[in-house]
Amino acid sequence: MSSPASTPGGRKRGRNANPPTPNSEDPTSPPSQRRRGQDSSAGDLMPMPTSPATDLLSPAAPQDTSLFSSPRPSGPNEVDISSPLVYGTPSSRVEGTPRSGVRGTPARQRPDLGSVRKAPQVDLHSDQPSADNAVASEPSAGQNLVIWGTDVNVGTCKEKFQRFLQRFIDPTSTEDENAGLDLNEPLYMQKLEEISVVGDPVLNVNCRHVQSFDAELYRQLICYPQEVIPTFDMAVNELFFERFPDSVLEYQIQVRPYNALKTKNMRNLNPEDIDQLITLGGMVIRTSQLIPEMQEAFFQCQVCAFSARVEVDRGRIAEPAVCRNCNNTHSMTLVHNRSVFSDKQMIKIQESPEDMPAGQTPHTTILYAHNDLVDKVQPGDRVNITGIYRAVPMRVHPRQSNVRSVYKTHIDAIHFRKTDEKRLHGLDQDGEQKLFTEDRVQTLKELAAKPDVYERLASALAPSIYEHEDIKKGILLQLFGGTRKDFSQTGRGNFRAEVNILLCGDPGTSKSQLLQYVYNLVPRGQYTSGKGSSAVGLTAYVMKDPETRQLVLQTGALVLSDNGICCIDEFDKMSDNTRSVLHEVMEQQTLSIAKAGIICQLNARTAVLAAANPVESQWNPKKTTIENIQLPHTLLSRFDLIFLMLDPQDEAYDRRLAHHLVSLYYQSEEQMEEEFLDMAVLKDYIAYARTYISPRLSEEASQALIEAYVDMRKIGSGRGMVSAYPRQLESLIRLAEAHAKVRFSEKVETIDVEEAKRLHREALKQSATDPRTGFVDISILTTGMSATARKRKEEVAQALKKLIQAKGKTPAMKYQQLLEDLRGQSETAITKELFDEALRALADEDYLTVTGKTVRLLA
Amino acid sequence: MLSTQDWIHAPLGVVEEKFAAAQKGSSPGWEAEVVEFFKEQLKEKSAQSLVPSLNDVPLHYLKPNSLVKFRCFIQDMFDPEFYMGVYETVDGPTDAKMLHCGKYRDVAECGVDFNSKNTVTAERQTFYCVPIPGENLWVKDGYAGSSQARVVASTSYVPSRQKRSYEEDEDMDTQPQKQAHAGLQGPTDLQSNADCKRQETEAPPTQAASASHLDLNFPLPGERGPACLVKVYEDWESFKLNDALEVFGILSVSPALSALAEERDASSSFLDPTEGMETAEEQRVHSPPASLVPRLHVLHAKPLQHNNPLLPHATSDDNGAFLSSTVAEMASVRAELLAYFTHVLLGDGLAAEFLLLHLLSSVYSRRDALPLGKFTLNLSGLPAASYSERLYQILQQLVPCSWYLAMSLQNMNQTRLRPRKDYTANRLVSGSLQLAQNTSLFLDETRLEPGQLDATGVCNVTALGNVITWQKVDYDFNYHQMEFPCNINVLIASEGRSLLPSDCRVHLEAQVTPAHLEEYLSSIQAFPQTSSQLNRFRIYLSVARLLDYSISDQMTKYVEEDFVEMRKDDPQGVSADDLHRMLVVARLLCLSLGQNHLSRDGWLRAKHMEMLRRSRMEQHQTVNGNEP
Repeated sequence: MSSPASTPGGRKRGRNANPPTPNSEDPTSPPSQRRRGQDSSAGDLMPMPTSPATDLLSPAAPQDTSLFSSPRPSGPNEVDISSPLVYGTPSSRVEGTPRSGVRGTPARQRPDLGSVRKAPQVDLHSDQPSADNAVASEPSAGQNLVIWGTDVNVGTCKEKFQRFLQRFIDPTSTEDENAGLDLNEPLYMQKLEEISVVGDPVLNVNCRHVQSFDAELYRQLICYPQEVIPTFDMAVNELFFERFPDSVLEYQIQVRPYNALKTKNMRNLNPEDIDQLITLGGMVIRTSQLIPEMQEAFFQCQVCAFSARVEVDRGRIAEPAVCRNCNNTHSMTLVHNRSVFSDKQMIKIQESPEDMPAGQTPHTTILYAHNDLVDKVQPGDRVNITGIYRAVPMRVHPRQSNVRSVYKTHIDAIHFRKTDEKRLHGLDQDGEQKLFTEDRVQTLKELAAKPDVYERLASALAPSIYEHEDIKKGILLQLFGGTRKDFSQTGRGNFRAEVNILLCGDPGTSKSQLLQYVYNLVPRGQYTSGKGSSAVGLTAYVMKDPETRQLVLQTGALVLSDNGICCIDEFDKMSDNTRSVLHEVMEQQTLSIAKAGIICQLNARTAVLAAANPVESQWNPKKTTIENIQLPHTLLSRFDLIFLMLDPQDEAYDRRLAHHLVSLYYQSEEQMEEEFLDMAVLKDYIAYARTYISPRLSEEASQALIEAYVDMRKIGSGRGMVSAYPRQLESLIRLAEAHAKVRFSEKVETIDVEEAKRLHREALKQSATDPRTGFVDISILTTGMSATARKRKEEVAQALKKLIQAKGKTPAMKYQQLLEDLRGQSETAITKELFDEALRALADEDYLTVTGKTVRLLA
Repeated sequence: MLSTQDWIHAPLGVVEEKFAAAQKGSSPGWEAEVVEFFKEQLKEKSAQSLVPSLNDVPLHYLKPNSLVKFRCFIQDMFDPEFYMGVYETVDGPTDAKMLHCGKYRDVAECGVDFNSKNTVTAERQTFYCVPIPGENLWVKDGYAGSSQARVVASTSYVPSRQKRSYEEDEDMDTQPQKQAHAGLQGPTDLQSNADCKRQETEAPPTQAASASHLDLNFPLPGERGPACLVKVYEDWESFKLNDALEVFGILSVSPALSALAEERDASSSFLDPTEGMETAEEQRVHSPPASLVPRLHVLHAKPLQHNNPLLPHATSDDNGAFLSSTVAEMASVRAELLAYFTHVLLGDGLAAEFLLLHLLSSVYSRRDALPLGKFTLNLSGLPAASYSERLYQILQQLVPCSWYLAMSLQNMNQTRLRPRKDYTANRLVSGSLQLAQNTSLFLDETRLEPGQLDATGVCNVTALGNVITWQKVDYDFNYHQMEFPCNINVLIASEGRSLLPSDCRVHLEAQVTPAHLEEYLSSIQAFPQTSSQLNRFRIYLSVARLLDYSISDQMTKYVEEDFVEMRKDDPQGVSADDLHRMLVVARLLCLSLGQNHLSRDGWLRAKHMEMLRRSRMEQHQTVNGNEP
């Protein structure tokens, strides 16, 4: 009985060891196929005219006891390294070739890497001699053979796969790895060409392509991966060397299927999935050190130096007791140096947090990576892995027949795909793509078609928080975000697509609750409190890994929320130092780090939702926003929308609020759900829009935006102040785009601009109204001081100057005296601050200096 | 047919029988039948009490493969495992093949034919369960007392535990009083006292010694009791981490299970690559010796709605009658309890009222991230440090599960509050905040001293804040945090205003002069309470929490009007938060009176209480103006 040999590791091992010469390979394959047919009928066959084994050490030699390869008389130099079929043959072959036994070749079983299947599932048996599968080029009996235990016919399967490779075209492909390929040409042939140029003999095959091309083949691939994948390997190698007879590869091409639709979630794995091809998403939590695993033991007779190779079978080596050459017993010794080892690594992955039901702990699964897949992933990586699911019975004691009635399960990895790999470099559409069922998409589209979808979604947002409709709308737009635009070719780099929002207002107006809600809603949200986070906690820090003792970069909240939303509570309590890192993030959307020898720039395309409390615990309506929250205006101007959450204190509002709260306490869950959109729908809606919709400005919309901007500039110009800057225009564009996304529209239209304008105006009205004049004044946010305040400051300074000049030639004055004089002279109240500012202004003019309590005139 | 003894002593026999019948083709749904059979048998409360409990019978008195019950708490969930549901053995010499059932077992018979086509692989889930953390002594004794299981010890030794339980049947009444006296000592004394008792019956010295090198991963320090690997065969998705369960299952203590770990080092993992993948720690944690951590194959499991032995289980039929009878006398019990609390809280009736409401609170629903129904109380102005401890001892007598955390600097910096995932051993290392629902957490802030909190300390304070505000604990999964909702009643005892947030703060106004305080304090303990009275209190507190509650439309209107009025009078002083609090107070107040709907009277009383509390706060603020 043979163990199934076709795990990827098994295949690769062979390949690593014996680089075949392509030239010799090509001619061999057809005959070997023929032979296979004969194998089952005729008992004997001459060895193939293959290139004689040049390499004694070639470890793969005994492996090609395969259906397609020529059986050879065994002997020390009977190594066929040139057969294209050296690896990747269904292990079934072993038993199917009776001659191997006849000729006395040592048992040629492929060691199965870590997977031991107990059933002798591999054998050949004749099918009914029906001739429908006439696709075969050779009308031999072999076409009717299927691998035992499966319904896989090697010939047909190969044929089908070759046809797939030659013909499959995916014009709609958006995968990044297909970039640069001609989408109207057969995709995989182009990839083969790439292989011939690059020389990396790995062919990744998207299972979804196989499925769309040939559902039957796909089914076989999923159900019998260990038989089908080797067949694919054979097919692709034949095809490849036919096409590119001159190319030299290190070893033969391996097919690595990925994206099997079988399973997406670890939790759904069940016994039916055993030995099937599955794709799982998860996070790597632990990787073992490299384990050298013996594949083949090399024995040498101490008496006559005769050598023998024994393959490891399920972790055991059958030590030859007798030397076949000199018939001495117990003369064979193991020579480690000449034994063959393969690399192996144990990797543990854990369910991604998003996939988990609430209240349960994440599941973990063990993976084995072999050969070049070793060290491909690091702990913490999010990966999608494709592999074969295995179950092995556990022995209570290695030498005891008593077994625990429990299986150990693991996955033999065939393909890794890091889902977060791209996050540090660029756009990552593919890894993030959430699968939506047809029905779901339909529901979402229906919802989008409703005229009041915007209002609906806004009210579905944080239903437990009452009113604040505009704030919710703003946050909704933030959740959708604008369209990403890349101007890097013109030197401007990426435009920020994320909308930043600041909420400020009285304590206890459920700002934190809103933040918590948003944090719970978005898949990649981070929640930090300004009080508790330091600059490094927000950005990234360098630390020494306790295990490897290497410096590693640990990312902080802002980087972690890349493509998500970073909620920062108690924004005002943040130290200036910490806040300063936000400047870069909030406009350039990157984070530059230069510490401990690591200099890098990370992407932090995160939207910031911050909440700040007024300095005086209660919002002072007599002061400007800046004065109330005491944040630097440079930072404030980076927020697209700044909302005030104030207690409106009006009866009707109170009544509605009371009703809302009371109902919160007595309504049952179902009632609430009827009233509001389900959070899950909202989540999907946002995810769908973010992935699939990228609206562009229409002509009218651009016009409307221009007008809006010009209007905004005009408002202020009448009073000599600026009420809009280009930043505000950008904000408007983002908001309009986000609103178009809400409607699932690919085009930004005038209504989007209208809403963006309205919302922007609302926010400005709240945050940028000059309490002294009642006018909206953007300079409050952009320069930290309203134009009137600035004007007033100048006036006071002038008045002071006049006062001093009127006093004549007194070189020094008392501070207090001067203040009182000025107060007496002025008809408006002059505060001490105002006076100080005026003094400072004059000092800046080099007119006077202030030292302690005296004011001296200069010059 | 089977006698009662048979299904308890040899439940596997029942399983085998059904399985054999199924093989003959008579009943295909044998698995469901087995479960149904045991469910049927366990319907009767008397039958349930016949089953010995792992909680109070030491493991070595229990027969392997017999039916036992276990009152436990899911501390960790392991990965699901695949096992041989049905397998075939080949008898060596005769070559006779035989089918076996692998369900509810750990070890298969000899000579398994792995290649048999009849093998059926099935899946089961393993939970790591520990006794409910913070379970108070009266609860343990209450359960042990009601058990009638006659355990036939495998040795001639007669378990002393059993003897005690007979006694307890008669003098149940005296028992709690003994504890009340025991409560005179500090909580630590009480604990050790309990430990001694437990140890004597439960842990022979050798076992205690071996336990020391194996961390059984109890959430709270100083806990004792058996930990158990509970294997669940169906519906495991319905169980959640931190659920409290009562499990009926087949005890498996096969030494072969523990042999696994010991043999490991000897046998070279090189030979068997499949076994080289687990670290030694992982081995130790996932296959601990069965003598220490038995396996339990679940036949029937039910979540515990409450953990009060004095209350019938929600499933039993006489529940309705019991409820109505208790509800009828709730008002009178409430008055008694209030008087008691007033006495305990140095004659402060208002604080007593709030304390009572606090003990009834429970998160009954969540809206988005907002938990509804929680009522964290901050009792400030406590006189002396020792007072808070005494207060805790009194509460301990009343609530089923509780935990006392002295917020000393050392405690805050060193205790692990948040559970953390240990990836080397692949388990969730428990933290003190991993508590079952409705556990009372007593935070003693009077122990706080000046000093610096380190990183752990800050983390811990944040974690406590999160529990209080959002009723959730962020478990540390190294690469990410995972949020687990919880339902913990937090009571903060402090001198001034607490550094932690709270829903409601009451400043204690002692009616006792400081001079007489010492004297008074010692008299609190001696306050005469009969055990029947104590039991009434215990039942009262548990039942009030289980009642339904609703608000009629009419009341909604009324409350709305009232709120608008209040805002008119004092727009600055009344906010949405106040309405939130008043709604909770009103709810708890009504429940405490046994009413299951909001009444006008209840609302007015709640308002009145709030008013009193606020006026006291203002008064207090003007007295020491430094308070914010």
